[in-house]
Amino acid sequence: MTMEIVKAKTSRDDKQMLGFMLIIVCYLVVALALPLYAILSKSFKNHDGDFIGFANYLEYFSTPALTYSIQNSLTISILTMVISVTVAFILAYALNRSCMRFKSVFKVIALVPILVPSLLPGIALVYLFGQQGMIKSLLMGYEIYGPIGIVISEVFFTLPHALIIITTALSIADSRLYEAADSLKTSKIKTFFTVTLPGARYGLISAAFVVFTLTITDFGAPKVIGGGYNVLATDIYKQVVGQQNFEMGAVVSLVLLLPAAVAFFVDRLVQRKQVAVLSAKAVALEPKPNKAFDLVMLGYCLLVAVFILGILFTCQYAALVEFYPYNLTLGFTNYQFDLMDGGGWDSFYNSLELASWTAVIGTIMVFLGAYMVEKGKGFNMGRGLFQFLAMLPMAVPGLVLGLAYIFFFNSPNNPLGFLYHTMGILVISTVTHFYTVSHLTAITALKQMDREFESVAASLKAPFHRTFRKITVPVCLPAILDISIYLFVNAMTTVSAVVFLYGPHTNLASVAVLNMDDAGDIAPAAAMGMMIFYTNAVVRILHGFLTRGVLKKTQLWRIR
Amino acid sequence: MSGQRTNSYLKIRGLTKKFGRFTALSDVELDVDEGEFVCFLGPSGCGKTTLLRAIAGLDIQTYGQIEQAGKDISDLPPSERDFGIVFQSYALFPNLTIAKNIAYGLENEGHRKSDILKRVTELLDLVGMPDQSDKYPSQLSGGQQQRVALARAIAISPGLLLLDEPLSALDAKVRVKLRGEIKDLQEKLGVTTIMVTHDQEEALTMADRIVVINEGVIEQVGTPEEIYHTPATQFVADFIGTMNFLPANAIGKAAMNDLKVRIGDIELDCDYDEQLLGKQVLASIRPEDVVVGNNHDPADRNVIEVKIDNIEFLGAFGRATLSSTQLGAVRFMADFSANLMRAEKISRGMTISVSLPSQSIRVYAI
Ligand SMILES: Nc1ncnc2c1ncn2[C@@H]1O[C@H](COP(=O)(O)OP(=O)(O)OP(=O)(O)O)[C@@H](O)[C@H]1O
Ligand SMILES: [Mg+2]
Repeated sequence: MTMEIVKAKTSRDDKQMLGFMLIIVCYLVVALALPLYAILSKSFKNHDGDFIGFANYLEYFSTPALTYSIQNSLTISILTMVISVTVAFILAYALNRSCMRFKSVFKVIALVPILVPSLLPGIALVYLFGQQGMIKSLLMGYEIYGPIGIVISEVFFTLPHALIIITTALSIADSRLYEAADSLKTSKIKTFFTVTLPGARYGLISAAFVVFTLTITDFGAPKVIGGGYNVLATDIYKQVVGQQNFEMGAVVSLVLLLPAAVAFFVDRLVQRKQVAVLSAKAVALEPKPNKAFDLVMLGYCLLVAVFILGILFTCQYAALVEFYPYNLTLGFTNYQFDLMDGGGWDSFYNSLELASWTAVIGTIMVFLGAYMVEKGKGFNMGRGLFQFLAMLPMAVPGLVLGLAYIFFFNSPNNPLGFLYHTMGILVISTVTHFYTVSHLTAITALKQMDREFESVAASLKAPFHRTFRKITVPVCLPAILDISIYLFVNAMTTVSAVVFLYGPHTNLASVAVLNMDDAGDIAPAAAMGMMIFYTNAVVRILHGFLTRGVLKKTQLWRIR
Repeated sequence: MSGQRTNSYLKIRGLTKKFGRFTALSDVELDVDEGEFVCFLGPSGCGKTTLLRAIAGLDIQTYGQIEQAGKDISDLPPSERDFGIVFQSYALFPNLTIAKNIAYGLENEGHRKSDILKRVTELLDLVGMPDQSDKYPSQLSGGQQQRVALARAIAISPGLLLLDEPLSALDAKVRVKLRGEIKDLQEKLGVTTIMVTHDQEEALTMADRIVVINEGVIEQVGTPEEIYHTPATQFVADFIGTMNFLPANAIGKAAMNDLKVRIGDIELDCDYDEQLLGKQVLASIRPEDVVVGNNHDPADRNVIEVKIDNIEFLGAFGRATLSSTQLGAVRFMADFSANLMRAEKISRGMTISVSLPSQSIRVYAI
């Protein structure tokens, strides 16, 4: 008997799929791995590009003014984490486990912060609690500029992210557990601590890490409302834009990369556990009415809604008031962006262009990549590399990515240098920055399809691209549309990666908010911020209609 | 193993499949004739699906050859093999109508639209589902989806039809009905078919030959009758139907070519491999082969006096648990038809004599 190991012949399909996958791997190497390598090596060099070992790091850690920011960053992030997760948990609990009214309204309101740049809550807080704030007295003499302002802004900014994760965790609860607890005459409070909390624990941990990462890497809030309170993210910006000290910027970047990366990997571990919980066959829980409880929950949701909408209305008010607090007539003076520094209305149109390109190119690339890596065969090393590269962007703060791009693309011997300052590099950086979540959405949708579709198609001699077009794309269309709106909205609001990359002709709306605020034109900054919000809101609504229309037309099969 | 033949349509030689260190199939040898209906039967996790997927090229074997219609297909990807497949989940394309699902393979072959339409109508008639062509899979019942999956698989007239537990997701009634339909269809088309199942009744009623697999090894290949009446191994005997196993000693009088086993104080005539002589063995007999009362052959000396400890009523027959002082602690079961029980007034606590016909006893090494 021959004991030769059988090596499968690769079919033409396999080869083509491999080819596509390698193209996207190449993209990720150029747009992610190489820039990260560039920033790493930069941190070991001096101004003239000579290798100096850990000298930059030594300088960093012996400068208390700089290392103090580590402590500040951690303080802010942990505080935000605790507050945001708590607020989100109660909110999710109200939306999942009570019978209060207006649930869907509150759900929409709670997701609003996703649609605005993280700079916006800071601006609102200035109007509310600043030197001449409308309700300054509520702070009882405390200063809004600094940790208080940052934490409030970050809670606003991170709340929807935490809410989405915790809602998922709560919604997979098994009603049989609650019936069991009920039949054992367990008190409601005890049931909460013995059934509800443990059931949601992975969701809570995951939400905590996501909030922590978002906060420690966010740059918008501390920039606007941080005052003299330095954090790692603002230090990077100051080192690079203020002092042109790129090497030190690289060092701070790597310091910031560490906690973000750790939080990310721990979160991945936890998520894997969550899957096991999910796959158990559970019976969905139907909440029962309870007047007092429902009323308390309604009150709580109202409070959260007031917080979120209050910030939004304040910004809109600030944008419309002629000259706060001296001339309170309303008008559109502040919308004359062309009269200010910051790029004018062009920056708004640039943002629209960036968001559209990012949505289109990003969606195609992400979904194709996910398909190839999920459904292709063989070449497991390449597949592993792809998965790793696709997960990496989540662990890389936007500022670090942006700075890495400067080092990589702006280096004189890079043939891709022509991209610098163009719309092209903005699209590349944004697609890369938001790659992970999109990739995971695509993978989840692909995994939900019967894994034998491809086997059947192969037996019917259908080439993979036919099955991809005829079956995979139509079946995954809802997920594909979700990816595109996610990319669009984030491209509109992002500041961190692009702030280092925009050029004189490619200024962006979100960056304009930052720059106008920096220059003291706070009202126009608020006006521009609200423009971003309205754009995202409109696109979101259009997306809703489109999704529904497309589903109606192409997905008749979903209706039974 | 009797898996090998000459001139067969599908030849499997020395096939081994490993998942890392775990060996899911080891050294499988099998031949399937053209037009034959073969069932892979075995307990969950024994490697049935693995073998089917190796034949399809979906999970290529670690070692060994597969030949189909005289062509070595061992290392070919599924798209270059010639088979149609139906999965337990049916894997119907949810966004295509029934007609489009069935036409999917035909369209790849580049037929004319009108020809495809004609063929689809034919196929829908064939599987007994005319006038459903514009529905979507989610609008059909499980049994109907199964028929569509079957129609889609045979649409391209494959040389080999592979079915992986096609009926196990259906309820009992539909399952029995579809069994007959699939068998009829297979005979009509004459397509060589391999079906995976862990339901022995399904295998016994549908298959021309059954391949019994256990822990990645083929235990026996044979017709349903062979598998049922002459199980080659203790595993097969135990897995198919109900079987009494009686611990015994193989003894014999070599001069008279007279083989016996001793159980307690009793000696029973039976046939077995002489290599077992003098060893501890298991003597086996099916409950329905135990014969009661006077209607046994007087020449048969395998008669014992037994006491009826219990009778379990099972409708058309009763299953009695029998014991005998001569057997010691060993008990065994016998099936008596309802008629017989009435005629002989058999009831619990009675003592009767039964015969264990020597040709019904099979002996296995321990
Ligand atoms: N991809 C895989 N990786 C590792 N082990 C596997 C893999 N696929 C199957 N196995 C193992 O190989 C053995 C045989 O699996 P197989 O699916 O062929 O069983 P089966 O006979 O079809 O069982 P069932 O009746 O439950 O479908 C099992 O022990 C299974 O755990
Ligand atoms: Mg199986």
